[in-house]
Amino acid sequence: MAGIIGYGVYVPKNRITVEEIARVWKKDGKAISKGLNVKEKAVAAYDEDACTMAVEAARRAVSQAGIEGKQLGAIYVGSESHPYAVKPTASIVADAIGASPELTAADLEFACKAGTAGMQMCMALVDSPVPEWLEYGMSIGTDTAQGRPNDALEFTAASGGAAYIMGKKKEEILANILDTYSYTTDTPDFWRRQHAEFPRHAGRFTGEPAYFKHVIGAAKGMMERVKMQAKDFDYAVFHQPNGKFPIKVAKMLDFSMEQIEQGLTTPFIGNTYSGSMMIGLASILDKAKKGDKILAVSYGSGAGSDAFVIETTENIEKKRHKKSVFEMFEEKEYIDYAEYAKCRKKLKSM
Amino acid sequence: MNGSLPLIWRKFGERYDLDGNFCETCKTAYFPARAVCQKCRRKGKLVAQKMPKTGTIISFTELSAGPAGFEHEVPYFIAIIELENKARLLSQIVDSEKEKIKIGTKVEKVFRKISDIDPEGPIAYGYKFKVVD
Repeated sequence: MAGIIGYGVYVPKNRITVEEIARVWKKDGKAISKGLNVKEKAVAAYDEDACTMAVEAARRAVSQAGIEGKQLGAIYVGSESHPYAVKPTASIVADAIGASPELTAADLEFACKAGTAGMQMCMALVDSPVPEWLEYGMSIGTDTAQGRPNDALEFTAASGGAAYIMGKKKEEILANILDTYSYTTDTPDFWRRQHAEFPRHAGRFTGEPAYFKHVIGAAKGMMERVKMQAKDFDYAVFHQPNGKFPIKVAKMLDFSMEQIEQGLTTPFIGNTYSGSMMIGLASILDKAKKGDKILAVSYGSGAGSDAFVIETTENIEKKRHKKSVFEMFEEKEYIDYAEYAKCRKKLKSM
Repeated sequence: MNGSLPLIWRKFGERYDLDGNFCETCKTAYFPARAVCQKCRRKGKLVAQKMPKTGTIISFTELSAGPAGFEHEVPYFIAIIELENKARLLSQIVDSEKEKIKIGTKVEKVFRKISDIDPEGPIAYGYKFKVVD
Protein backbone atom coordinates (compact mmCIF):
# COMPACT_ATOMS: atom_id res chain seq x y z
CA MET A 1 0.00 0.00 0.00
CA ALA A 2 1.25 3.50 -0.88
CA GLY A 3 2.85 5.69 1.74
CA ILE A 4 4.97 8.80 2.06
CA ILE A 5 8.67 8.12 1.41
CA GLY A 6 9.79 11.76 1.43
CA TYR A 7 8.50 15.29 1.88
CA GLY A 8 9.98 18.73 1.37
CA VAL A 9 8.93 22.26 2.23
CA TYR A 10 9.95 25.61 0.83
CA VAL A 11 9.06 28.95 2.39
CA PRO A 12 10.53 32.15 0.93
CA LYS A 13 12.65 34.36 3.14
CA ASN A 14 10.71 37.62 2.96
CA ARG A 15 8.11 38.40 5.62
CA ILE A 16 5.62 41.21 5.91
CA THR A 17 3.71 41.73 9.13
CA VAL A 18 -0.06 42.12 9.27
CA GLU A 19 0.53 45.41 11.08
CA GLU A 20 2.64 46.73 8.17
CA ILE A 21 -0.13 45.94 5.66
CA ALA A 22 -2.71 47.53 7.99
CA ARG A 23 -0.53 50.66 8.34
CA VAL A 24 -0.81 51.36 4.59
CA TRP A 25 -4.59 51.03 4.59
CA LYS A 26 -5.08 52.89 7.90
CA LYS A 27 -6.54 49.90 9.68
CA ASP A 28 -6.00 48.57 13.19
CA GLY A 29 -3.18 46.08 12.55
CA LYS A 30 -3.00 44.80 16.12
CA ALA A 31 -6.71 43.98 16.17
CA ILE A 32 -6.61 42.37 12.72
CA SER A 33 -3.53 40.31 13.60
CA LYS A 34 -5.18 39.12 16.81
CA GLY A 35 -8.52 38.46 15.11
CA LEU A 36 -6.93 36.38 12.34
CA ASN A 37 -4.28 34.86 14.64
CA VAL A 38 -1.68 35.66 11.99
CA LYS A 39 1.42 37.67 12.86
CA GLU A 40 3.14 37.80 9.48
CA LYS A 41 3.17 36.19 6.05
CA ALA A 42 5.87 34.82 3.75
CA VAL A 43 6.35 36.69 0.48
CA ALA A 44 8.04 35.25 -2.61
CA ALA A 45 11.00 37.31 -3.82
CA TYR A 46 10.95 39.26 -7.09
CA ASP A 47 12.53 36.31 -8.92
CA GLU A 48 10.42 33.57 -7.30
CA ASP A 49 7.09 32.10 -8.35
CA ALA A 50 4.99 28.99 -7.68
CA CYS A 51 7.29 27.03 -10.01
CA THR A 52 10.62 27.96 -8.38
CA MET A 53 9.17 27.15 -4.95
CA ALA A 54 7.85 23.82 -6.28
CA VAL A 55 11.34 22.92 -7.52
CA GLU A 56 12.93 23.77 -4.15
CA ALA A 57 10.32 21.74 -2.22
CA ALA A 58 10.66 18.86 -4.71
CA ARG A 59 14.46 18.77 -4.36
CA ARG A 60 14.18 18.50 -0.59
CA ALA A 61 11.59 15.71 -0.90
CA VAL A 62 13.72 13.75 -3.39
CA SER A 63 16.75 14.12 -1.13
CA GLN A 64 14.87 12.82 1.91
CA ALA A 65 13.29 9.98 -0.08
CA GLY A 66 16.76 8.80 -1.05
CA ILE A 67 15.79 8.30 -4.70
CA GLU A 68 16.88 9.96 -7.91
CA GLY A 69 14.60 12.31 -9.80
CA LYS A 70 14.48 9.96 -12.78
CA GLN A 71 12.81 7.29 -10.64
CA LEU A 72 9.67 9.41 -10.35
CA GLY A 73 6.92 8.14 -12.65
CA ALA A 74 4.46 10.95 -11.93
CA ILE A 75 4.61 14.60 -10.93
CA TYR A 76 1.52 16.67 -10.20
CA VAL A 77 1.68 20.32 -9.23
CA GLY A 78 -1.35 21.80 -7.51
CA SER A 79 -1.58 25.59 -7.49
CA GLU A 80 -3.88 28.49 -8.18
CA SER A 81 -0.90 30.66 -9.19
CA HIS A 82 0.74 28.59 -11.92
CA PRO A 83 3.06 30.98 -13.80
CA TYR A 84 1.49 30.01 -17.13
CA ALA A 85 -2.22 29.65 -17.95
CA VAL A 86 -1.13 27.20 -20.66
CA LYS A 87 2.19 25.37 -20.23
CA PRO A 88 2.66 23.10 -17.29
CA THR A 89 4.61 23.93 -14.16
CA ALA A 90 5.00 20.17 -13.70
CA SER A 91 7.18 19.73 -16.80
CA ILE A 92 9.54 22.49 -15.60
CA VAL A 93 9.77 20.83 -12.17
CA ALA A 94 10.38 17.45 -13.81
CA ASP A 95 13.24 18.81 -15.90
CA ALA A 96 14.76 20.74 -12.99
CA ILE A 97 14.94 17.68 -10.72
CA GLY A 98 16.07 15.29 -13.46
CA ALA A 99 12.81 13.35 -13.70
CA SER A 100 12.29 13.84 -17.45
CA PRO A 101 11.37 12.29 -19.81
CA GLU A 102 9.84 8.99 -18.60
CA LEU A 103 6.98 10.21 -16.46
CA THR A 104 3.43 11.48 -16.53
CA ALA A 105 3.00 15.07 -15.38
CA ALA A 106 0.19 17.59 -15.08
CA ASP A 107 -0.83 20.77 -13.33
CA LEU A 108 -3.85 20.67 -11.05
CA GLU A 109 -6.12 23.42 -9.76
CA PHE A 110 -8.68 23.18 -6.97
CA ALA A 111 -8.10 26.45 -5.10
CA CYS A 112 -6.17 25.48 -1.95
CA LYS A 113 -6.46 21.69 -2.18
CA ALA A 114 -5.06 20.70 -5.58
CA GLY A 115 -1.85 19.43 -3.95
CA THR A 116 -3.72 16.92 -1.80
CA ALA A 117 -5.79 15.81 -4.81
CA GLY A 118 -2.42 15.11 -6.42
CA MET A 119 -1.39 13.05 -3.38
CA GLN A 120 -4.47 10.87 -3.88
CA MET A 121 -3.65 10.47 -7.58
CA CYS A 122 -0.07 9.46 -6.76
CA MET A 123 -1.28 6.96 -4.16
CA ALA A 124 -3.59 5.38 -6.74
CA LEU A 125 -0.92 5.26 -9.45
CA VAL A 126 1.67 3.76 -7.12
CA ASP A 127 -0.78 1.12 -5.90
CA SER A 128 -2.22 0.35 -9.32
CA PRO A 129 -0.89 -2.71 -11.19
CA VAL A 130 -0.86 -0.58 -14.34
CA PRO A 131 1.49 1.01 -15.22
CA GLU A 132 3.79 -1.55 -13.68
CA TRP A 133 6.93 0.57 -14.17
CA LEU A 134 5.60 3.46 -12.07
CA GLU A 135 7.18 3.11 -8.62
CA TYR A 136 7.08 6.64 -7.26
CA GLY A 137 4.83 9.66 -7.67
CA MET A 138 5.24 13.19 -6.34
CA SER A 139 2.57 15.76 -5.63
CA ILE A 140 3.37 19.39 -4.89
CA GLY A 141 1.15 22.10 -3.45
CA THR A 142 2.62 25.55 -4.17
CA ASP A 143 1.29 29.08 -4.35
CA THR A 144 2.23 32.71 -4.49
CA ALA A 145 -1.23 33.53 -3.25
CA GLN A 146 -2.76 36.68 -4.66
CA GLY A 147 -4.53 39.16 -2.44
CA ARG A 148 -6.09 42.27 -3.90
CA PRO A 149 -4.62 45.39 -2.25
CA ASN A 150 -6.81 46.51 0.68
CA ASP A 151 -8.83 43.28 0.58
CA ALA A 152 -9.23 41.16 3.71
CA LEU A 153 -7.27 38.36 2.01
CA GLU A 154 -4.19 40.56 1.64
CA PHE A 155 -3.39 40.08 5.34
CA THR A 156 -2.99 36.33 4.93
CA ALA A 157 -2.35 35.44 1.24
CA ALA A 158 1.21 34.11 1.39
CA SER A 159 3.82 32.15 -0.57
CA GLY A 160 5.18 28.66 0.02
CA GLY A 161 4.97 25.06 -1.03
CA ALA A 162 5.39 21.44 -0.05
CA ALA A 163 6.10 18.23 -1.95
CA TYR A 164 5.22 14.64 -1.02
CA ILE A 165 6.59 11.52 -2.68
CA MET A 166 4.54 8.34 -2.59
CA GLY A 167 6.06 4.90 -2.85
CA LYS A 168 5.12 1.39 -1.79
CA LYS A 169 8.37 -0.20 -0.60
CA LYS A 170 7.96 -0.86 3.12
CA GLU A 171 11.61 -0.13 3.86
CA GLU A 172 11.28 3.36 2.33
CA ILE A 173 7.92 4.48 3.72
CA LEU A 174 8.15 6.97 6.59
CA ALA A 175 4.39 7.28 6.98
CA ASN A 176 1.67 4.93 5.75
CA ILE A 177 -1.52 6.44 4.41
CA LEU A 178 -4.12 4.14 5.93
CA ASP A 179 -7.06 5.68 4.09
CA THR A 180 -8.29 8.77 2.30
CA TYR A 181 -11.73 10.29 1.84
CA SER A 182 -13.02 13.38 0.07
CA TYR A 183 -16.06 15.65 0.38
CA THR A 184 -16.92 17.87 -2.59
CA THR A 185 -19.80 20.18 -3.54
CA ASP A 186 -20.37 23.13 -5.88
CA THR A 187 -19.96 26.05 -3.48
CA PRO A 188 -19.15 29.51 -4.90
CA ASP A 189 -17.18 30.89 -1.94
CA PHE A 190 -14.02 32.05 -3.75
CA TRP A 191 -13.04 32.24 -7.40
CA ARG A 192 -10.80 33.88 -9.96
CA ARG A 193 -12.04 34.17 -13.53
CA GLN A 194 -9.83 33.62 -16.55
CA HIS A 195 -7.54 36.68 -17.07
CA ALA A 196 -8.56 38.21 -13.73
CA GLU A 197 -5.56 39.17 -11.64
CA PHE A 198 -7.02 38.73 -8.19
CA PRO A 199 -9.55 36.29 -6.77
CA ARG A 200 -12.88 37.39 -5.36
CA HIS A 201 -14.63 35.90 -2.38
CA ALA A 202 -18.04 35.85 -0.80
CA GLY A 203 -17.08 37.41 2.55
CA ARG A 204 -18.73 35.70 5.51
CA PHE A 205 -20.13 33.03 3.19
CA THR A 206 -16.61 31.55 3.07
CA GLY A 207 -16.98 30.31 6.67
CA GLU A 208 -19.90 28.05 7.62
CA PRO A 209 -21.19 26.75 4.24
CA ALA A 210 -17.73 26.54 2.74
CA TYR A 211 -14.69 25.88 4.99
CA PHE A 212 -16.43 24.41 8.03
CA LYS A 213 -18.98 22.30 6.14
CA HIS A 214 -16.36 20.64 3.94
CA VAL A 215 -13.57 20.22 6.49
CA ILE A 216 -16.01 18.75 9.00
CA GLY A 217 -17.70 16.64 6.32
CA ALA A 218 -14.39 15.16 5.21
CA ALA A 219 -13.00 14.72 8.76
CA LYS A 220 -16.16 13.02 10.06
CA GLY A 221 -16.55 10.87 6.95
CA MET A 222 -12.93 9.80 7.22
CA MET A 223 -13.10 8.98 10.93
CA GLU A 224 -16.31 6.98 10.47
CA ARG A 225 -14.71 4.89 7.74
CA VAL A 226 -11.65 3.98 9.77
CA LYS A 227 -13.73 3.71 12.97
CA MET A 228 -11.61 6.22 14.85
CA GLN A 229 -12.41 9.19 17.06
CA ALA A 230 -10.52 12.42 17.68
CA LYS A 231 -8.92 10.99 20.83
CA ASP A 232 -7.38 8.15 18.78
CA PHE A 233 -5.09 10.56 16.93
CA ASP A 234 -1.78 11.96 18.14
CA TYR A 235 -1.95 14.89 15.74
CA ALA A 236 -4.41 16.62 13.43
CA VAL A 237 -3.89 19.26 10.78
CA PHE A 238 -6.50 21.21 8.87
CA HIS A 239 -6.30 23.73 6.04
CA GLN A 240 -5.43 27.11 7.49
CA PRO A 241 -6.89 30.12 5.66
CA ASN A 242 -6.03 32.04 8.84
CA GLY A 243 -4.91 31.05 12.32
CA LYS A 244 -8.45 31.09 13.70
CA PHE A 245 -10.46 28.69 11.51
CA PRO A 246 -8.31 25.57 12.11
CA ILE A 247 -8.51 26.07 15.89
CA LYS A 248 -12.29 26.51 15.70
CA VAL A 249 -12.78 23.47 13.45
CA ALA A 250 -10.53 21.38 15.72
CA LYS A 251 -12.73 22.25 18.71
CA MET A 252 -15.86 21.40 16.73
CA LEU A 253 -14.35 17.99 15.95
CA ASP A 254 -13.20 17.41 19.60
CA PHE A 255 -9.49 17.78 18.89
CA SER A 256 -7.38 19.50 21.54
CA MET A 257 -4.92 22.35 21.05
CA GLU A 258 -2.08 19.91 21.83
CA GLN A 259 -3.10 17.75 18.87
CA ILE A 260 -3.09 20.61 16.33
CA GLU A 261 -0.35 22.94 17.64
CA GLN A 262 2.57 21.30 15.78
CA GLY A 263 0.79 21.60 12.44
CA LEU A 264 -0.47 25.14 12.96
CA THR A 265 1.82 27.13 10.66
CA THR A 266 -0.35 29.93 9.24
CA PRO A 267 0.16 32.23 12.28
CA PHE A 268 3.88 32.38 11.35
CA ILE A 269 3.88 32.39 7.53
CA GLY A 270 0.30 33.18 6.47
CA ASN A 271 -1.93 31.10 4.24
CA THR A 272 0.16 29.45 1.54
CA TYR A 273 -3.02 28.20 -0.17
CA SER A 274 -2.13 24.91 -1.92
CA GLY A 275 0.83 24.59 0.44
CA SER A 276 -1.11 25.30 3.64
CA MET A 277 -2.18 21.91 5.02
CA MET A 278 0.76 20.18 3.33
CA ILE A 279 3.28 22.42 5.16
CA GLY A 280 1.41 21.85 8.44
CA LEU A 281 1.55 18.09 7.90
CA ALA A 282 5.30 18.32 7.18
CA SER A 283 5.81 20.10 10.49
CA ILE A 284 3.98 17.26 12.25
CA LEU A 285 6.10 14.65 10.44
CA ASP A 286 9.20 16.57 11.60
CA LYS A 287 8.25 15.76 15.18
CA ALA A 288 6.19 12.57 14.99
CA LYS A 289 7.51 9.31 16.40
CA LYS A 290 6.98 5.78 15.14
CA GLY A 291 3.35 4.71 15.29
CA ASP A 292 1.86 8.21 15.66
CA LYS A 293 -1.50 8.64 13.99
CA ILE A 294 -2.34 11.84 12.13
CA LEU A 295 -5.60 13.16 10.66
CA ALA A 296 -4.90 15.60 7.82
CA VAL A 297 -7.71 17.52 6.09
CA SER A 298 -7.23 20.02 3.28
CA TYR A 299 -9.78 22.49 1.95
CA GLY A 300 -10.14 24.07 -1.45
CA SER A 301 -12.73 26.69 -2.28
CA GLY A 302 -15.27 25.82 -4.86
CA ALA A 303 -15.37 23.56 -2.73
CA GLY A 304 -13.96 20.37 -1.31
CA SER A 305 -11.80 18.68 1.30
CA ASP A 306 -9.45 15.69 1.13
CA ALA A 307 -8.88 13.79 4.37
CA PHE A 308 -6.04 11.37 5.11
CA VAL A 309 -5.37 9.02 8.02
CA ILE A 310 -1.62 8.67 8.34
CA GLU A 311 0.49 6.45 10.59
CA THR A 312 4.23 6.98 10.87
CA THR A 313 6.67 4.07 10.62
CA GLU A 314 10.05 3.29 12.20
CA ASN A 315 11.71 5.00 9.18
CA ILE A 316 10.54 8.43 10.33
CA GLU A 317 13.43 8.74 12.79
CA LYS A 318 16.04 7.67 10.21
CA LYS A 319 14.79 10.07 7.56
CA ARG A 320 14.51 13.29 9.60
CA HIS A 321 15.31 16.51 7.76
CA LYS A 322 18.34 18.39 9.10
CA LYS A 323 16.21 21.50 9.33
CA SER A 324 12.63 21.36 10.59
CA VAL A 325 9.77 23.36 9.10
CA PHE A 326 9.68 25.65 12.13
CA GLU A 327 13.46 26.19 11.90
CA MET A 328 12.98 27.17 8.25
CA PHE A 329 10.44 29.78 9.35
CA GLU A 330 13.16 31.48 11.38
CA GLU A 331 15.23 32.19 8.26
CA LYS A 332 13.48 35.44 7.48
CA GLU A 333 13.90 39.06 6.56
CA TYR A 334 11.22 41.66 7.12
CA ILE A 335 10.16 43.87 4.21
CA ASP A 336 7.89 46.90 4.12
CA TYR A 337 4.78 47.30 1.98
CA ALA A 338 6.67 49.03 -0.83
CA GLU A 339 9.11 46.12 -1.16
CA TYR A 340 6.19 43.69 -0.93
CA ALA A 341 4.36 45.53 -3.73
CA LYS A 342 7.49 45.26 -5.88
CA CYS A 343 8.08 41.57 -5.12
CA ARG A 344 4.50 40.59 -5.92
CA LYS A 345 4.34 42.85 -9.01
CA LYS A 346 1.54 44.98 -7.64
CA LEU A 347 3.04 48.11 -9.21
CA LYS A 348 1.47 48.32 -12.63
CA SER A 349 3.88 50.80 -14.22
CA MET A 350 6.88 48.47 -13.75
CA MET B 1 13.01 36.27 -22.06
CA ASN B 2 16.08 37.68 -23.76
CA GLY B 3 17.64 35.90 -26.72
CA SER B 4 16.67 33.07 -29.01
CA LEU B 5 14.13 30.64 -27.55
CA PRO B 6 15.70 27.49 -29.11
CA LEU B 7 19.13 28.60 -27.86
CA ILE B 8 17.82 29.01 -24.32
CA TRP B 9 15.90 25.71 -24.52
CA ARG B 10 19.14 23.91 -25.39
CA LYS B 11 20.62 25.27 -22.17
CA PHE B 12 17.87 23.99 -19.85
CA GLY B 13 20.09 21.16 -18.55
CA GLU B 14 22.87 23.62 -17.83
CA ARG B 15 20.63 26.24 -16.28
CA TYR B 16 18.24 23.97 -14.36
CA ASP B 17 20.63 21.40 -12.96
CA LEU B 18 24.22 22.46 -13.73
CA ASP B 19 24.81 19.89 -16.47
CA GLY B 20 28.47 20.10 -17.45
CA ASN B 21 31.10 17.58 -18.43
CA PHE B 22 34.28 15.95 -17.14
CA CYS B 23 37.49 14.87 -18.81
CA GLU B 24 38.30 11.35 -17.69
CA THR B 25 41.86 11.73 -18.99
CA CYS B 26 42.97 14.74 -16.91
CA LYS B 27 40.09 14.66 -14.35
CA THR B 28 38.98 18.23 -15.09
CA ALA B 29 35.33 19.30 -14.71
CA TYR B 30 33.90 21.82 -17.16
CA PHE B 31 30.94 24.10 -16.77
CA PRO B 32 29.41 24.90 -19.17
CA ALA B 33 30.22 21.65 -20.98
CA ARG B 34 33.05 21.90 -23.50
CA ALA B 35 33.27 20.16 -26.87
CA VAL B 36 37.00 19.51 -26.38
CA CYS B 37 39.13 19.29 -23.20
CA GLN B 38 41.30 22.40 -23.22
CA LYS B 39 44.18 20.51 -21.58
CA CYS B 40 44.12 17.14 -23.33
CA ARG B 41 42.73 18.25 -26.69
CA ARG B 42 42.13 15.18 -28.88
CA LYS B 43 43.46 12.83 -26.17
CA GLY B 44 40.73 13.93 -23.75
CA LYS B 45 37.63 11.83 -23.05
CA LEU B 46 34.72 14.03 -22.09
CA VAL B 47 31.66 12.56 -20.35
CA ALA B 48 28.49 14.33 -19.21
CA GLN B 49 28.46 15.20 -15.50
CA LYS B 50 26.21 17.19 -13.19
CA MET B 51 28.10 19.79 -11.20
CA PRO B 52 28.03 19.87 -7.38
CA LYS B 53 25.32 22.10 -5.90
CA THR B 54 27.64 23.88 -3.45
CA GLY B 55 30.78 25.94 -3.83
CA THR B 56 32.83 28.87 -2.53
CA ILE B 57 32.89 32.53 -3.53
CA ILE B 58 36.15 33.35 -5.36
CA SER B 59 35.28 36.92 -6.23
CA PHE B 60 32.18 39.09 -6.12
CA THR B 61 30.81 42.51 -6.95
CA GLU B 62 27.68 44.50 -6.23
CA LEU B 63 25.85 45.78 -9.28
CA SER B 64 24.03 49.09 -9.07
CA ALA B 65 23.22 49.27 -12.80
CA GLY B 66 21.84 46.03 -14.17
CA PRO B 67 21.42 45.00 -17.79
CA ALA B 68 18.02 45.00 -19.53
CA GLY B 69 15.60 42.84 -17.59
CA PHE B 70 17.43 43.26 -14.29
CA GLU B 71 16.75 46.98 -13.73
CA HIS B 72 14.29 46.28 -10.92
CA GLU B 73 16.59 43.88 -9.09
CA VAL B 74 19.48 46.30 -8.45
CA PRO B 75 21.41 46.54 -6.28
CA TYR B 76 22.37 42.85 -6.40
CA PHE B 77 25.48 40.73 -6.12
CA ILE B 78 27.13 38.51 -8.70
CA ALA B 79 30.01 36.21 -7.86
CA ILE B 80 32.52 33.84 -9.40
CA ILE B 81 31.92 30.58 -7.58
CA GLU B 82 34.27 27.64 -7.44
CA LEU B 83 32.24 24.45 -7.13
CA GLU B 84 33.48 21.53 -5.09
CA ASN B 85 34.92 19.88 -8.23
CA LYS B 86 36.91 23.08 -9.03
CA ALA B 87 34.68 24.11 -11.96
CA ARG B 88 33.91 27.83 -11.82
CA LEU B 89 30.82 29.74 -12.83
CA LEU B 90 29.34 33.22 -12.59
CA SER B 91 26.05 33.57 -10.74
CA GLN B 92 23.75 36.04 -9.08
CA ILE B 93 23.73 35.77 -5.28
CA VAL B 94 20.26 35.99 -3.69
CA ASP B 95 18.65 35.71 -0.24
CA SER B 96 21.92 36.49 1.50
CA GLU B 97 22.91 39.17 3.99
CA LYS B 98 25.27 41.68 2.45
CA GLU B 99 27.81 41.24 5.27
CA LYS B 100 28.05 37.50 4.63
CA ILE B 101 28.92 37.79 0.93
CA LYS B 102 32.71 37.49 1.12
CA ILE B 103 35.56 35.67 -0.61
CA GLY B 104 35.63 32.15 0.81
CA THR B 105 31.95 32.08 1.83
CA LYS B 106 30.18 28.78 1.14
CA VAL B 107 27.18 29.04 -1.20
CA GLU B 108 24.51 26.66 -2.49
CA LYS B 109 22.47 26.52 -5.69
CA VAL B 110 18.84 27.67 -5.74
CA PHE B 111 16.27 27.61 -8.55
CA ARG B 112 14.99 31.05 -9.55
CA LYS B 113 13.55 33.05 -12.39
CA ILE B 114 16.35 34.51 -14.50
CA SER B 115 14.29 36.55 -16.91
CA ASP B 116 10.59 37.40 -17.02
CA ILE B 117 10.35 40.66 -18.89
CA ASP B 118 7.53 39.98 -21.33
CA PRO B 119 4.21 39.26 -19.56
CA GLU B 120 3.05 37.26 -22.57
CA GLY B 121 6.39 35.63 -23.31
CA PRO B 122 8.19 32.58 -21.91
CA ILE B 123 9.86 32.70 -18.51
CA ALA B 124 13.54 31.77 -18.24
CA TYR B 125 14.39 29.77 -15.11
CA GLY B 126 17.81 28.76 -13.89
CA TYR B 127 20.39 28.69 -11.15
CA LYS B 128 21.35 31.38 -8.69
CA PHE B 129 23.27 30.85 -5.47
CA LYS B 130 22.74 31.82 -1.84
CA VAL B 131 25.00 31.90 1.18
CA VAL B 132 24.83 28.75 3.30
CA ASP B 133 23.91 29.79 6.86
